Amino acid sequence: MVRLRVQSFVPLQQLRDEFDRVLKSFIGDRPQWASRKPAAPTGFPALNMWEEADALKVEAELPGMKSEDLDISVQGGELILQGKMAAACDASTYHRHERASGDFRRVVRLPVDVATDKVEATLRDGILQITLPKAAAAMPHKINVTSA
Amino acid sequence: MTMNQTIEADGADAAPVEPTRGGNYFRPPVDILEQTNELIVLADMPGVTADGVDVHFEDGVLTISGRIAPQSTVERKYLLNEYGVGDFYRSFQVSDQVDPAQITAEMTGGVLKLRLPKAAAARPRKIVVQAK
Repeated sequence: MVRLRVQSFVPLQQLRDEFDRVLKSFIGDRPQWASRKPAAPTGFPALNMWEEADALKVEAELPGMKSEDLDISVQGGELILQGKMAAACDASTYHRHERASGDFRRVVRLPVDVATDKVEATLRDGILQITLPKAAAAMPHKINVTSA
Repeated sequence: MTMNQTIEADGADAAPVEPTRGGNYFRPPVDILEQTNELIVLADMPGVTADGVDVHFEDGVLTISGRIAPQSTVERKYLLNEYGVGDFYRSFQVSDQVDPAQITAEMTGGVLKLRLPKAAAARPRKIVVQAK
């Protein structure tokens, strides 16, 4: 039996993701940019996210970030990163000022359900790595065929 | 010469000296601050530990480079790929107002901090007027 789920409201993001998915099935993966900066501007921090068999991994470069200034949460299928990058010094004369500082907030929609209680994050040498284990329902499940 | 000219970047993004190690090289963003007796250079080099940093000063050119740990060669199925990962390299022309023997470096949380003390001649000096 086919069950039809009727949704009265489709969030725009979901619609866009669906469009991307359909497009991808025609033209394949988008090109991997060789440049450090993406072609289109992104939020801060820039993220790399990839999928492994049992987890999603997210990495961001946050040099100089202190873990106590970083707040990470997973809510309603979204990963929320927020925090504050401290400025080097406010009293000096800057000859160059290229490093990022200030408050940031970034929200990313997660493509699969994750086990929110098992999410882990580490901040080492200025690199934040978040491991989001997939929820049991989102894991590939092998069905053993028994011969009668 | 003003202190504004003390440090000048080499300008071009391309590294003037080709490193032997292959792979991508990036130009780390820096802050350069001037304080009374020293210049401070902060460079973002995430993923680089103290062992991977090389600071070199020769003929008035300060060169910083940072090597990251070898990356996994397993092909990743990227859902977002917004930045590239690689080693870091950048060089600066430093005037002789900096005392090269006194340069110190430390690496914390992916940020390299260099202290370049000004040469004695470049430090502000207060002349005490003696009353007779």
